[in-house]
Amino acid sequence: MPLRLERQENVPAIGLVAAPLVALVFTLVVGAVMFAALGQDPLRAFSVYFIEPLLDPYTQQELVVKACPLMLIGVGLAFCYRANRWNIGAEGQYVAGAVVGSWLALATHGTDAGPWVLPAMLALGFVGGALWGLIPAFLRVRFGSSEILTSLMLVYVAQLGLDYLVRGPWKDPQGFNFPQSVTFDDNAIMPLLSDEGRLHAGIIIAVVVVIAATFVLGRTLIGFSIELGGSAPRAAAFAGFDERRVTYGVFAVSGGLAGLAGIIEVAGPIGNLQPSISPGYGFTAIIAAMLGRLHPVGILVASLVLALTYIGGEAAQITMRMPFDVTRVFQGTLLIAILAADVLVRYRIRRVEGTSHA
Amino acid sequence: MTENPPNALPASLLEAVALTKRFGALVANDHVSLAIRAGETHALLGENGAGKSTLVKMMCGLLQPDSGELLYEGAPIVFPDPASSRARGVGVVFQHFALFDALTVVENVALGLPGHEPLSALAARIDDCVHRYGLAVEPWRRVGELSVGERQRVEIVRCLLGDPRVLILDEPTSVLTPDESENLFRTVDLLTDEGRAVLFISHKLDEVRRLCHRATVLRGGRFIAEVDPKAETAGSLARLMVGAEVPRLPRVLEHELGEPRLLIRNLNIPGDGSRGSALRDVNLEIRAGEIVGIAGVAGNGQTTLFEVLSGEKLADDQESIVIDRVPAGGLGPTERRALRAGFVPEERLGHAAAPDMRLSDNVLLTTHSDGAIVKLGVVRHSVLNARFQEIVKRFDVRFGGRDPKARRLSGGNLQKFVIGREVLRDPVLIIVDQPTWGVDAAAAAFIRNTLREKAAEGCAVLVISQDLDELLEFTDRIAVMCEGRLTVPVPVAETSREAIGLAMGGAEDGGEGVHAA
Repeated sequence: MPLRLERQENVPAIGLVAAPLVALVFTLVVGAVMFAALGQDPLRAFSVYFIEPLLDPYTQQELVVKACPLMLIGVGLAFCYRANRWNIGAEGQYVAGAVVGSWLALATHGTDAGPWVLPAMLALGFVGGALWGLIPAFLRVRFGSSEILTSLMLVYVAQLGLDYLVRGPWKDPQGFNFPQSVTFDDNAIMPLLSDEGRLHAGIIIAVVVVIAATFVLGRTLIGFSIELGGSAPRAAAFAGFDERRVTYGVFAVSGGLAGLAGIIEVAGPIGNLQPSISPGYGFTAIIAAMLGRLHPVGILVASLVLALTYIGGEAAQITMRMPFDVTRVFQGTLLIAILAADVLVRYRIRRVEGTSHA
Repeated sequence: MTENPPNALPASLLEAVALTKRFGALVANDHVSLAIRAGETHALLGENGAGKSTLVKMMCGLLQPDSGELLYEGAPIVFPDPASSRARGVGVVFQHFALFDALTVVENVALGLPGHEPLSALAARIDDCVHRYGLAVEPWRRVGELSVGERQRVEIVRCLLGDPRVLILDEPTSVLTPDESENLFRTVDLLTDEGRAVLFISHKLDEVRRLCHRATVLRGGRFIAEVDPKAETAGSLARLMVGAEVPRLPRVLEHELGEPRLLIRNLNIPGDGSRGSALRDVNLEIRAGEIVGIAGVAGNGQTTLFEVLSGEKLADDQESIVIDRVPAGGLGPTERRALRAGFVPEERLGHAAAPDMRLSDNVLLTTHSDGAIVKLGVVRHSVLNARFQEIVKRFDVRFGGRDPKARRLSGGNLQKFVIGREVLRDPVLIIVDQPTWGVDAAAAAFIRNTLREKAAEGCAVLVISQDLDELLEFTDRIAVMCEGRLTVPVPVAETSREAIGLAMGGAEDGGEGVHAA
């Protein structure tokens, strides 16, 4: 018997809030089944994964360190997604920002250039990510290409470009032929916020971005035009908002924030340029954006939740010898569960009787 | 049912008897009867909303009548779906084609046929049909490359391959050039010569008189008359179509007209194929204090005219549109609103308002550049909310909850909101497309009154509507739009329903077509 989705006229507000929570619970149930299938005690696995990282001061800091890029990227993606523009290539914009920002760190390496280097690197990182993000925007506006495909394909271009640089022109001559750049000078490194651990000033930037984005999206005409363009394009044109400008704007912000996250990560916890500077932050941030309901504060919370899956995954690798892929499975299950929960809240499933009895 | 020998066809092939169809409170067809005989071309005449489409959909199984019955060769029959009517030899060519652009003609035709006929054999059959009826279709061309007229011929060929006995053509000439129309008429004549019946739906009086043997006229969902169109004049047909009630008293202008608020000069806009028809040499002047109406059947360029006036579409010539003495042809919507123009589109949900956004946010849609509500790019929610409350109160907008999404309002209340949003911007020019479409009578009267008051205050008002009664009731002058051209507007007191109906049907008798004789 065929089934059909019917739009619900009155979606209860409680449902919209509860949907991500239900999705989280569902993900945990799937996780329990998976742990059992791997021959592990699910309760112990949960403890290692989700409880122990919260108790240790070092991992508490790590949680924030990992959440920082997710917040920055996720908030940027919220601009795109609210405008109904599907930027899937934040990972590439993150890499582009890291590369462009690092150029300055390498160019001033060993010159004792002064304290302006780090702020300039951050600005360059933003610009690099924004330019990379504007490519799919341009292709969409000019040729009507799907930004979903082009932004995703540009991820691989950026990653291979980075690979070339650290194996070629930017390779550290004293690096025993490892594919990595020199370690950045002190004036090109994010200041730490505490003596122990790796918590750095990037989180301050991320929180400021969350506050600013909350204001822009909720209180300004720009935020309204983004929302309107995504919700009713024809009404937006009638209101006098230029669809092309909105497309360029949201991709520039989204790419820029991803680029900023990239350069902060390289100038922060990593300290030099290497082939792998991201455990998939650009993709995980998509989940953070959806889980956070495209609201900057929600994304802040969701980033902490997703950071926990990274930290827990590392802990489980060490203490339980579980593959890191388990983390990917968790994140993927969570995304599918959120999307499914959203559909089930907004739509009702109806059975359709067969119509042809001729 | 057994097959009749071909020479003993019954008098009527397909007959609708007292069909009634309701949609909620609206009676779309009220005991409508129509009989199509073999070998005749039968016209179905009526204005937009007269019930022509509903009747056709019931005759081919797309809709089920609430009461009444269909007779096929004199015997009652039920078509539960379009496939069953097709099996009985009833073919329909709708106004909107169902063709895939990326496929070839023969592939498109194959999709609609049962079984798996080799494409080459099918192409040969198409060629056969093409030659027999002079339809000029190339089977191996991609549909995406074809003109509208060619696509229509593909749809006709597709129908003819099923060897129909009744062919229904839904407004077939509305998308055709005069040459293409002539070719279509020749095809129709060939089909009826073979003993097939053709139901020809149209509102173009001249071609109905030329082509059709009989005509059934609908008005307001009711059967009005069955006539011999060749014995009628275009004028008498128009009178049947739009009705000939006692002329109502036109409203008397109690105030002096001011300076021109809207000038349209030699406005030409090319059509863009799928959506939006062309505008040809449109001229119009509206002065402060008057209400001008544009009548016409939908799809004759009204949508394009609205969009080019609101600034959603731009005119090439800056001077072709002048708002309050400022050339505005190339200005966008925001700049035109800054000239104190207000616009109300036909489509309420999705065009005039964002369905999934709150009503208060929808206020911002047209007020964001008026100064008070947005300062330095920041929305002042207290001011916005005050404006929202004022609209709700002064225009009696009713809804549940404090600030619901726009889609949850009824049509009438949302329209009052949209009109109120513009009126409170204190415009000098208001352009409204279909002010009372689908709105209940009380709300419609309220909206007309509001516009009338604005005109009395010195605002210029342009009303585009398909509701002739409405235009006759509350406008000062009426022009008619037909195939992208606009007639010279005529004072309501000096025209008649008949004259307007004639102009709507495109009957050619010069630019003064709207004047009563």
